[in-house]
Amino acid sequence: MTSPVAEPILRVGELVKHYGAGRGNVVHAVDGVSLSIGPGEVLGLVGESGSGKSTVGKCILRLTEPTSGTVSLVGRDITHLSRRALRPLRRDVHIVFQDPYSSLNPRFTIGQIVAEPLRRHRIARGGEAARQVTAMLERVGLGAETLSRFPHELSGGQRQRVSLARALILEPKLVVADEPVSALDVSVQASVLNLITDLQRDMGFSCLFITHDLSVVEFLADRIAVMYLGRIVETGPTAEIFAAPRHPYTQALLSAAPVPDPVKQRRRRRVVLSGEVPSPLDPPPGCRFHTRCPVAVDRCRTEVPELRDLRLGDHPVACHLVTTDHVPDATATATAGE
Amino acid sequence: MAEKTHPPEPIVRWNSGRADRRRRLWRRFRRRPMPMIGLTLVVAFLVLAVFGPLVSGDPSAQDYLATLMPPSIDHPLGTDDLGRDAFARVASGARTSLQAGVLSTLLAMAVGIPIGLAAGFYRRWLDSIVMRLVDVTLAFPFLVFAVGLAAILGPSLRGVVLALSFAQLPAVIRITRGEVLAIREMDYVSAAIADGATDGHILFRYILPNSAGPLIVQATVAIPTAIIGEATLSFLGLGVQPPTPSWGVMLSDAQQYLDQAPWLAIWPGLLIALATLGFNLLGDGLRDVLDPRSGP
Repeated sequence: MTSPVAEPILRVGELVKHYGAGRGNVVHAVDGVSLSIGPGEVLGLVGESGSGKSTVGKCILRLTEPTSGTVSLVGRDITHLSRRALRPLRRDVHIVFQDPYSSLNPRFTIGQIVAEPLRRHRIARGGEAARQVTAMLERVGLGAETLSRFPHELSGGQRQRVSLARALILEPKLVVADEPVSALDVSVQASVLNLITDLQRDMGFSCLFITHDLSVVEFLADRIAVMYLGRIVETGPTAEIFAAPRHPYTQALLSAAPVPDPVKQRRRRRVVLSGEVPSPLDPPPGCRFHTRCPVAVDRCRTEVPELRDLRLGDHPVACHLVTTDHVPDATATATAGE
Repeated sequence: MAEKTHPPEPIVRWNSGRADRRRRLWRRFRRRPMPMIGLTLVVAFLVLAVFGPLVSGDPSAQDYLATLMPPSIDHPLGTDDLGRDAFARVASGARTSLQAGVLSTLLAMAVGIPIGLAAGFYRRWLDSIVMRLVDVTLAFPFLVFAVGLAAILGPSLRGVVLALSFAQLPAVIRITRGEVLAIREMDYVSAAIADGATDGHILFRYILPNSAGPLIVQATVAIPTAIIGEATLSFLGLGVQPPTPSWGVMLSDAQQYLDQAPWLAIWPGLLIALATLGFNLLGDGLRDVLDPRSGP
């Protein structure tokens, strides 16, 4: 696995989350995910909707209980801590949600919302809390007049800034950002992303950035983990993944993202995956991607590929076809772009 | 629009104390005409219930020389079939009817809301047991249920209040639980859990305030229903006993004399209608004022 210089801030080991779906059916939302994030590192967790990436985020905060596996924060296993024992540790990790319209209590003023973590952990109250909240709001680009506003008076972008302020006011070591800009207009997305990048650089928190949008992680992640149907299929440094994706699924994903250069875009070869993502109620045996993989062989249909790093570099892939001297090329079977 | 010329005042404190909050809510309330009418009506009825009987004389004093009299100087609202003063009876009946309506509803809310909160929040076996019981009791019509309970509890005002509040309980539990189920899925509740908020804090600062709307509406509908319910129970002999008056008793007594003395039906009927209106307007106003999204 990865070997960051210091102790990882977050380590997730073989995380499994199954939901009962009635009549003995089981949704395999997350099926054996391992990842770790070093101090100050941003890990982009990428996947289609239904790939289980948000569930990973929720398990890390124990907003949902994992079926099995471990979650360690700063070297401490929190998987089996009671809610009470977990409470003081919650200072170190916070979350920003996707939907700006349901993530703020409509009955609280913005000041109250951002001050909640301060009061909860008995760090500041009264005038001192007001001072800290004002300072934090200023850092996320909101003026002091926002303090007494209610959430419904703010725009989506402003609300996400409030969510950021709430998540960061205790200066956590880890922030889980669950699609924090996906619900925003493109122009607002850019400004909120810039804000997150700046804050991350200034405050140095580690970040699990969950998104379905590759262009977003390319912009701010140090490393990327790609999820498909509850499993990580490939992980590695951002630049490497974008330059030389190894897993056929990653190759397909990258080839689907448009390039902002019409000439290049026209010359690119696109892998168009056939069919839908199979149901997590009954994931395919063997490699979960084999039903849609353009280069799948017999072995893929029966044997589950391990996430392993056979080539040099911190770049493990879960694919039988990746060997020390061979990387499959899903785009070889594709036609040149229209 | 003179207010708009002022520049927004710089706000240093947002975390206004309780007194501040109360003052702000009262300002929001006062600004709305309909809730103010409702409040006036409700206060007027409370005054009538508390002080009316003190000035109106004995509601049970009979005068066989003046039965079924139309309104006059001596009897401003007329007299009934036993020559009792209708005003004295209406004033004294206000006590019974408002107690039956308001107390039973408050009691049902005080008991039902915590049960609904717990069932919706903790789910599991607690929810299953509570909801099965609620389903079973909701299978009985409200009045049938209340009549059965009143028969067990014995004929008295206390029995009526308890029976009516118990009969309302399933609806209160069901509404509260439904709200909890919807609101607990909101991201702001998850954010509070991620903060390390205690269950009590989440229930009473996040979930309950955001379910206040439907509960207040339920209460304003329940009060008039309970007032009528008291009338029915008393009519069946399961409520307050004669000669104690209540609006419901007066209304059902007046049916016999509708052609000779229609005012006997008009007064209690009018008061029940006005009380219903008053509680409804007050409730709607409360709901709006407590919700920051409803404007200034």
